[in-house]
Amino acid sequence: MKFIALGQDKTSTSVLIVLAAVTFIIPFCNLVLPADSPLHFSAYTVSVLGKYLTFALLAMSLDLVWGYCGILALGHGAFFALGGYAMGMYLMRQIGARGVYGDPLLPDFMVFLNWKELPWYWLGFDQFWFALLMVLLAPGALAFVFGWLAFRSRVTGVYLSIITQALTYALLLAFFRNEMGFGGNNGLTDFKEILGFNIQSEAVRTLLLMMSGITLIGAFLLCRWLVNTKLGRVVTAIRDQESRVRFLGYRVEMFKLWIFVFAAMLAGIAGGLYVPQVGIINPSEFSPLNSLEIVIWVAMGGRGTLYGAIIGGVLVNYGKTVLTGLMPEIWLFTLGAVFIVVTLLLPDGIVGLLKRRSQEQSA
Amino acid sequence: MKVNSFKRYCWLSAVLMLVFSLAIHGDQDLSAQQPLLDALNNLKQGSMTDREQAITQLSEIKHKRSLGILQALLDGRLFTLKSDARLVIGIDNNQGYDISDAVSSAPLGAVEQEAVNKINLTNKLRVSLRKIIGQLELSADDPAIRLAAVKAMSNEDDENALALLKARAGIEKDEAVRQAIKVVFLMRDMSSSDKTVRMEAIDALKEHNSLDVVNRLNVMLEKDDSGNYLETDADIRNVAKAALIKINTRLQFYSTIETVFFGLSLGAVLVLAAIGLAITFGVMGVINMAHGELMMLGAYTTYVIQQLMPNHLGLSVLLAIPAAFVISALVGIAIERGIIRFLYGRPLETLLATFGVSLILQQSVRSIFSPLNRSVATPEWMSGSWQINDFLSLTWNRFFILVFCLLVFVMLLQILKHTRLGLEVRAVAQNRNMAKAMGIPTAKVDAMTFGLGSGIAGVAGVALSQITNVGPNLGQAYIVDSFMVVVFGGVGNLLGTLVAGFSLGIANKFLEPFAGAVLAKILVLVFIILFIQKRPRGLFPQKGRAADS
Amino acid sequence: MNGYTVNLFGEDAKAGAGSLLIKGGVDTRHGPILYLEDVSVSFDGFKALNNLSLYIDAGELRCLIGPNGAGKTTLMDVITGKTRPDTGSVFFGQTIDLLQMDEPAIAQAGICRKFQKPSVFDALTVFKNLELALKTDKRTWPTLFNHLNGEQRDRINEIIETIGLSTSHRLRAGILSHGQKQWLEIGMLLMQEPKVMLVDEPIAGMTHQEVERTAELLVSLQGQRSIVVVEHDMEFVRSIARKVTVLHEGSVLTEGTMDEVQNDPRVIQVYLGG
Repeated sequence: MKFIALGQDKTSTSVLIVLAAVTFIIPFCNLVLPADSPLHFSAYTVSVLGKYLTFALLAMSLDLVWGYCGILALGHGAFFALGGYAMGMYLMRQIGARGVYGDPLLPDFMVFLNWKELPWYWLGFDQFWFALLMVLLAPGALAFVFGWLAFRSRVTGVYLSIITQALTYALLLAFFRNEMGFGGNNGLTDFKEILGFNIQSEAVRTLLLMMSGITLIGAFLLCRWLVNTKLGRVVTAIRDQESRVRFLGYRVEMFKLWIFVFAAMLAGIAGGLYVPQVGIINPSEFSPLNSLEIVIWVAMGGRGTLYGAIIGGVLVNYGKTVLTGLMPEIWLFTLGAVFIVVTLLLPDGIVGLLKRRSQEQSA
Repeated sequence: MKVNSFKRYCWLSAVLMLVFSLAIHGDQDLSAQQPLLDALNNLKQGSMTDREQAITQLSEIKHKRSLGILQALLDGRLFTLKSDARLVIGIDNNQGYDISDAVSSAPLGAVEQEAVNKINLTNKLRVSLRKIIGQLELSADDPAIRLAAVKAMSNEDDENALALLKARAGIEKDEAVRQAIKVVFLMRDMSSSDKTVRMEAIDALKEHNSLDVVNRLNVMLEKDDSGNYLETDADIRNVAKAALIKINTRLQFYSTIETVFFGLSLGAVLVLAAIGLAITFGVMGVINMAHGELMMLGAYTTYVIQQLMPNHLGLSVLLAIPAAFVISALVGIAIERGIIRFLYGRPLETLLATFGVSLILQQSVRSIFSPLNRSVATPEWMSGSWQINDFLSLTWNRFFILVFCLLVFVMLLQILKHTRLGLEVRAVAQNRNMAKAMGIPTAKVDAMTFGLGSGIAGVAGVALSQITNVGPNLGQAYIVDSFMVVVFGGVGNLLGTLVAGFSLGIANKFLEPFAGAVLAKILVLVFIILFIQKRPRGLFPQKGRAADS
Repeated sequence: MNGYTVNLFGEDAKAGAGSLLIKGGVDTRHGPILYLEDVSVSFDGFKALNNLSLYIDAGELRCLIGPNGAGKTTLMDVITGKTRPDTGSVFFGQTIDLLQMDEPAIAQAGICRKFQKPSVFDALTVFKNLELALKTDKRTWPTLFNHLNGEQRDRINEIIETIGLSTSHRLRAGILSHGQKQWLEIGMLLMQEPKVMLVDEPIAGMTHQEVERTAELLVSLQGQRSIVVVEHDMEFVRSIARKVTVLHEGSVLTEGTMDEVQNDPRVIQVYLGG
């Protein structure tokens, strides 16, 4: 037992080191070294890496819910998207009068819809701190309401999975509607500035990458602490023997609820970091397929280990970038195959495979 | 000798007539064919006077083709072919015309615009032609054509038309047509100068289902710009108001029926989509995320069969039903044998693996048939609608799908109730270990059950191909909905699935008018999410120890 | 007396269900600690419990026996809040209405249960299993910041000693033998310092020696707490029981000492068939 715990620590330490390297060395190279230096990373690389880091954070947040608490949530992408929308609304308000229609207050799509006033839920989003708060609170509140209803009435297993999927599907439909006031089909895009800096500039992109890295490292340390507390053990116990935990006197629904809300907030942060780096947020982020993809990142990396989720999030998305670049058609075949192979042959993901290898070798 | 030859001539002509009449549709005689040809000759060669005469001729000979030719003439679709001076009817196809022979209506392919001459009409001719067509239509054999003619005439304030209608009213046998004619005269009476006549007419009209009447009455109750009623007589207004209320109550009633019907037909689609899932999920506890794609396969099967036999639309759809069943069932069995059987007892993993399958199936279809939607043609007997009255018409394709859904459901129940497979399926569903102990080959039963559920998904796909576009995303659009139906109805309960599907369909359609289609869908989803909180086992839950595990 | 208890305290219990937990008072002045009266449970028409009435005295060690399907496990489900009866009342002491409470509340009130199939947390060590069971504030926030103090650590070690797992307390529970898991689960019950222990088939899969020690342990615990044991092994029941209740078809067939019960013709009829 001790050996495994140590080994786990070793792996998570090396993952941390890699993360720290990406977080600090790349910005150093790009901000300090001259642009023609061979160590200078292209804007494309920077934005892709930044995107991967937010995906890794998203995967880790799902791992808390699924890998540790046993709740296969198929609507986790909804929290990511909500966080993204909260940030997108801030960025939209930052455009100000520089939009196509030049309205100082209303975003272009509202002018297009002939709206005269800013809807109440857009108020406050001109403040960065307010947007940050909403990045946390919007997904958190949704997770709280949904979780409170679902866990209290003890909806579990596939039922829960399906209604989480229905949740994100309903949101997908809702956000497609122009009347919702979130830009409908096109979503929010054409951002200009963040905190007064040009969002397209290399320095800002690099800093965003750095922020993503720092957030991921921080979240990783926080989650690692969390799963090693007694609460973490109760949560794992719930995954393995839910009713036993209940008979020990723990309110299982409350534990599930708080883990769910916490994970939703992490996902929201990931979304908030993602949107300024890709420059767009639209309803497709709510599509059930997106949420299922997150599940496969975690499954591929190895659920129930935080670093496994991070590895999975980065690897699968790297694969996606490469394959869609080479042959777009092949990507869905591959993704489909990954779903099948991982569930059939790699129940503990890559991390599990490596662990088994090293155990075999040491034995 | 002369008499003899005359007799022989008669015999010969009689035989010839018989042969001809058999050759040409079998219900015409040669004597009608010749005047037709004569009239057409006049039509294409002669002056306007000849044309007028030809038109009268055509209307008088009461030939089967007369009406079609006259209508084409009125619409400016009657041409002579420059090459052989034949009379043809053309349909504009943007580059030229798709033409068919005016006499035999045999298709002759497409021609350039320059290859034909249009047969022109003067305005005066057009007016009289319209009247003649109305007359012909009024005496047509098909009551539907007569009804349409009456309605068309009711809009014209033409004494001739009224005379025609009056004449027709005396001999008309079809009740609907009689009523329609009556409405026309009553509406005329509404503008009579005699107040009593008007009031009686309005009072009588309140028993009729006609949108024209509703509009007319509404106009009477409107005010002009200066605030005065368009109808100055207050008594008349009151009668009109009362009549309108009566009619509107009926209108409301029919529109409720229509909404229920739309709801039922949407429900039928949901049930068709969900019922295969109900079997695999309910009986085997297996979540098959590829279920939607199995429906998609069924829809594509219909498409392929239709491509193979483009001239037999109806037959192709009928053939597609068993074909889709077999194809989807085979794919389903392959999924079960290849993947799912290794994952029994691990529902979440099954969900993920079958989702992988669904991605692969989607992409395969995209690669084979292109990502674009394919349209599957609807056979004639399924298109159009059943016009019950002015207020209510039901589209045939939805009607057929409703019937089809019920047929599939009943058949499935029969299979589960009365066949060996059904018995074994139910046994395994209730107690797998016990069934195994009794010598039921559970592995085989699993595969067959899965095949059955998948096959029904394929059949559902055939139905879907008739009401929606066939594309790679067809399945995805239904997967969440169909799960909701199964869960709402209560897992493991087929009747629950049926009730749930229909009630969700109806709820959706009743919400749509004031919430909009998308919001209605969202509301239904939210309702189900809340419902599951209250009753996690659905409308008709399974009880007992078995349900606990 | 039965009706009297229900009527008098039914309302009180509702009003004070929450505060009673804080006071920690289980009113056992009249003797019994558990009152089950006219309890019926049916599944799809099958009556698992049929107008069952049963009283367990404070500090008593009671054995429940009965053929399969007699309703023993359902009875435990009802007491611990897993199954809601269709009719009847279930009181803890004279004042606490268990039917108003859910499983965690009942567990915190002091009724703990060992399952038929040993259910311990395989992924956690023996020590951590016991730590989870430890009687303490079990709400989420305190759990997050919970740290064992010396006293609690001693208490856990003491229990580890009691259940004979001191050499293996660092092992994951998943690799324990069946008998050891049973012991661990009994240990987890003890950690909760319950007033009533419901023990479902404690000796399944145990060696002869382990059975003897289990009997000793259960006997030594009576007096401080009430223990209800469901067991099929008559030898074992005889070795621990003073009072035995026989269930049959969802109701109490008879009660008495082991000898009385074994000589009851109805019991013989039920067990041997007739």
